[in-house]
Amino acid sequence: MKSSPFSIDKWRILAGEWTALGNGFLQTLAVAVLALLLALALGILFGILSTSGNKTCKAIGRVYVEFIQNTPLVIQVFFLYNGLPYLGIMLGKFSIGVLGIGVYTGAYISEVVRTGIQSIPVGQTEAARSQGFTYVQTMRYIILPQTVKIILPPLTNQAVNLIKNTSVLAMIAGGDLMYRADNLATGRLIYGPAYITAGILYFLLCFPLSSYARKLEQKLKKKEVRTISQAEAAIARDTPIEIVQTGRV
Amino acid sequence: MELLQSIFTYDNTMFLLEGLRTTLFFAGSSILVSIFFGMILGLLRNYDRGILGKLAAVYIEAVRNTPLILWILAIRFLVPIPANYSGICSLTIFETAVIAEIIRGGLNSIPLGQFEAAHAQGFTFFQTLRYIVMPQCFHNIVPSLLSQVITTVKDSSFLWAVAIEEFTGKGMILMGRFASSSQVFLLFASMALIYFLINFSLSLIVRSQSGKKPKLAPAV
Repeated sequence: MKSSPFSIDKWRILAGEWTALGNGFLQTLAVAVLALLLALALGILFGILSTSGNKTCKAIGRVYVEFIQNTPLVIQVFFLYNGLPYLGIMLGKFSIGVLGIGVYTGAYISEVVRTGIQSIPVGQTEAARSQGFTYVQTMRYIILPQTVKIILPPLTNQAVNLIKNTSVLAMIAGGDLMYRADNLATGRLIYGPAYITAGILYFLLCFPLSSYARKLEQKLKKKEVRTISQAEAAIARDTPIEIVQTGRV
Repeated sequence: MELLQSIFTYDNTMFLLEGLRTTLFFAGSSILVSIFFGMILGLLRNYDRGILGKLAAVYIEAVRNTPLILWILAIRFLVPIPANYSGICSLTIFETAVIAEIIRGGLNSIPLGQFEAAHAQGFTFFQTLRYIVMPQCFHNIVPSLLSQVITTVKDSSFLWAVAIEEFTGKGMILMGRFASSSQVFLLFASMALIYFLINFSLSLIVRSQSGKKPKLAPAV
C-alpha cells in the first residue's frame, strides 16, 4: 500500500534532518536582512533622485525603476549567476542573493519613497528654502521625517515581498530555506512534511510584518478621515483657514 | 548582424515564441480564474462574519505570507496532475489571494453611506453589491488589477523551477547551446527586452487608467 505523503514516518525523517532546514532558515534570514539594507539604500537614493529637479538624475531614477520592475527577478538572478561569469565575475550564491534581491526590491522601494516625498506639499520645500535651508537640509530635517510615517506601511509590505522573493535562490541551488526543503523533499521523499514546514517557517517570518503593515495602514486611514472631518467641522464653524490646514496630514 | 542571425535562427525563434505563448497563456488564464475566485474570497472576508469569512481570511493570509515557488513545488509534487495544469493551478492559487485583497481594497473604498442609501431604497444586500458596489469597486481597482497582470507575467518565470518550459525556461534551454559570451549576453538582453516591452506597455496602460480614475468623495 502506498503510504500517505504526510505519514508519521516522513515527519520523523524530517525531524532527523532539522539542522539542514535550520541552516536554510538562517541563510534566508541573512540574505533577507542584507538585501533589505541594500534595497533601502538604493531605494532612498533613487527615490530622492527621481524627485530632484535635475533632468539627468530623474532619468537615471526612471530607467532603474522601469527596467528592474518590468523584467522578472528570475531573469535578473540568472543573469548574475549564468551571465556574469562570462565577464570573469564569479559571485557566490549568497552575494547573488543579496545583490539580485536587493537591487530588485530597491526599485520598488524607490517608487515608495518617491510617492512619499511627492505627497508632502511643495510649499514646505519652498518655505524651507526661503528660510535658508540647503536642499540636503530640507530633505533631512523637513521632508524625509514626515515621509517616513506615510511610507512605513508600503515599506513593510515590500519587506514581506523581499522575504518571499529570497526563495528565488532555490532556482540556483542557493542553500536557502526553500532550496533545503526542496532538497529534503526530493532526496528523502518527504514532500508533504518538508513543504509544510518550509511554508510555516516563511509564514512565521512574513505574517507579523504584514499584520503590522495592515495595522499601520488602518491607523493612518483613520487619522486621515479624522483630520478631514475636523477640517470640515472647522469650516462649518467658520474658523480661520490656517487652523484647517494645519489639521491636515 | 551575424551574431543576431546565429541566435535567432528560424528554429530558435519559434522555440522562444512557443515559450512566450506559454507564459502569456499561463498568466492570462490564471489571472482570469483568480479574479473570479478572488472576488468570492474578498466578498466573504469582508462581509461574512461566520466560518466562511474566517476560512477566506485564513486562506488569504496563508498564501500571501508564503512564497509562490513553494506553491509551485508543492502542487507539482503533491498533486498528481500533469505539469502544465499544476503550473496554472499554483499560479491561480497564489494570485487568487492577492486579487482577493485588491478587491477588498476596492470594496472598502466605497463609502458605507452608499450601502445605507441602497438599503433605504429597498435594495437587498446582494442587489446593492451587484448594482451599486461591485461596478464602482471594479472601476476603482482596474489599475491594481493591471499591475497584478504584470506581476503574474513576471512571476510565471518561477515555473521554470519545475521544468515547465515557459519563456524563461525556453531561453535558458537555448542558452545552454551557446558557448560565446556575446551570444549569451545578447540572448539575455533579448529576453529581458521582450519581458520589458510586454510589461512596460501594460504599465503605460495602468498609468493612463489611474489618471482617469474619478476622485471618490471622502468617507466621512
